[in-house]
Amino acid sequence: MAALLLSPTLLVLALVIVYPLISAVHQSLYRTESGLDANGFVAEGESFVGLANYVDLFVGDSGERFLNAFSNTTFFTVTTVLLETVLGLALALAMNRAFRGRAFLRASILVPWAVPTAVSGLLWRWIFQSDGIANTLIGSEILWTAEGVASKVAVIVAEVWKTAPFIGLLVLAGMQVIPEEVYEAARIDGAGWWRQLAYITLPLVKPTLLVAVLFRMLDALRMFDLPFVLIGPGKESVETLSMLAWDESNQLRYGSASAFAVVLFLYVAAVAIVFVKVLGADVTGAKHLRLARKANRIQKAEATR
Amino acid sequence: MTTTALKPRTAPAAGTPVPARRKRSWRSYSVYAGLALIFIYCLSPFYWMIVSSLRRTADIFDNSPLPAPFSVENYVKVFDGSTMFGQALLNSLIVAGVTTVAALVMGIFAAYAISRLNFRFKSVILGVIIATSMFPGISVVVPLLRFFSDIGWINTYQAMIVPNLSFAIPLAVWNLTTFMKSLPFDLEEAAMIDGCTKWQAFRKVLLPLAAPGVFTTAILTFIHSWNEFIIALSMVNDPQVQTATVAISKFTGATEFQAPFGEQMAAGVIVTVPLVIMVLFFQRRIVEGLTAGAGK
Repeated sequence: MAALLLSPTLLVLALVIVYPLISAVHQSLYRTESGLDANGFVAEGESFVGLANYVDLFVGDSGERFLNAFSNTTFFTVTTVLLETVLGLALALAMNRAFRGRAFLRASILVPWAVPTAVSGLLWRWIFQSDGIANTLIGSEILWTAEGVASKVAVIVAEVWKTAPFIGLLVLAGMQVIPEEVYEAARIDGAGWWRQLAYITLPLVKPTLLVAVLFRMLDALRMFDLPFVLIGPGKESVETLSMLAWDESNQLRYGSASAFAVVLFLYVAAVAIVFVKVLGADVTGAKHLRLARKANRIQKAEATR
Repeated sequence: MTTTALKPRTAPAAGTPVPARRKRSWRSYSVYAGLALIFIYCLSPFYWMIVSSLRRTADIFDNSPLPAPFSVENYVKVFDGSTMFGQALLNSLIVAGVTTVAALVMGIFAAYAISRLNFRFKSVILGVIIATSMFPGISVVVPLLRFFSDIGWINTYQAMIVPNLSFAIPLAVWNLTTFMKSLPFDLEEAAMIDGCTKWQAFRKVLLPLAAPGVFTTAILTFIHSWNEFIIALSMVNDPQVQTATVAISKFTGATEFQAPFGEQMAAGVIVTVPLVIMVLFFQRRIVEGLTAGAGK
């Protein structure tokens, strides 16, 4: 019965996840080569090259490009997630204290989340034009959408704008289940705002925050749409691993494209494993469920007594 | 949400001699100032997109906070046919709609099995399904691009819908499972004692109860599929089948030499407005869905 109900889901996931994964590993061991065959015709074929595509990640021009994309991806992930978390936490703290206009606020905070990333790329591209509003407001003449540090800043600003409210929303949900009595008790004991934040709010929203940060990190690691639309493909200063792999497959170099895709997958998997195993992010809710069941049992035992 | 949860949590620091009333007003001002800041932060870029879209091409570089003179020129141009933007919107609707329905149907069955039936490796299967949602899109796109070109699927709807399921199904299964787990089993049990079969109990008791959860999941899945970019960009190059997000990223305008920012903004507004309307109407449900795992 259960197998019957689950099989469509698992079948589709096998097609769109498992097959691509195996196929990517397989393709990453081959390389398209064109040359002349024995009769002097141009022949295109694939030859097995072993780990050559992976070796190329670290040597020569392709290696430089890969390492650049790798460090861009890591840099964007670390900076955006850090900023988002701080800002999201601040947003949640502010919203937690609002009584009126809450629904209105919640709707407005969902707007950046709902704007498609491609559209937000376009929007920020317009804001960051050389004679656009951003330069007018801060009175500068920076070329935000060209190569260089400014373009990195532009990507970070746009990304944080879109995703900090999302973290804020998740953290707010975590804050709202903290019972008011806890704060009252702390207040009676003379704890000020900072102490309440440090010793009550933060520790109690930590599980929620951890899951939110994990999901954001995995999302940031595969960043593609925003730099692609905001700055453009093939720009060294903002090229991420996803963009690099996409570009390679666009050039029909499936071998190296697959190698990049596999590396990105491993990177994402490693981050996820660290979060779940080392930091104990409770992604599936399994831990919570166990605790709830235990509490339930205790309650029942007490009720029957 | 109870009112107690909304009480301000700042404690008057012990022993401060400030009168309570003055202190409260100061505090509420600072709260409102903070809220106004959040409001500006979230909406001003979006506002700027709307304002810019309503300017004439001639004064697109104006920085006045309101369009003067007001003009719908850009909106007319977006739909004048040369860009096939109307077709792109329709394509987005088809792709996102079919993805949502397919993910929901499979998700409901899977979530029912996970939340109501007992079988081995249950948590492993749930874990695997959730883990697949972390899969980077490009790792799906590169191998499938090749596979789809071999079987002649490039420039078809199914070439976008099938890969879309890679993120839509985990999302649907996860949301629906959390929701169904929160529903009491007693009602179905009672129905079955009264002679309902398992299928009838599912259809007549659980499904109506789960309707709000299904609805929330549908909205979230639809928004995600509507916003999808990398799959649509890679699988399709024919403007006839392109989705709206890809179409506007390729908007270069028909005649102008300069990037047609006004038209881009107008197209951006059109693509975003359906989502913003959904957000306004269903904000509570959306927040519930997004925080399903968080508010435990």
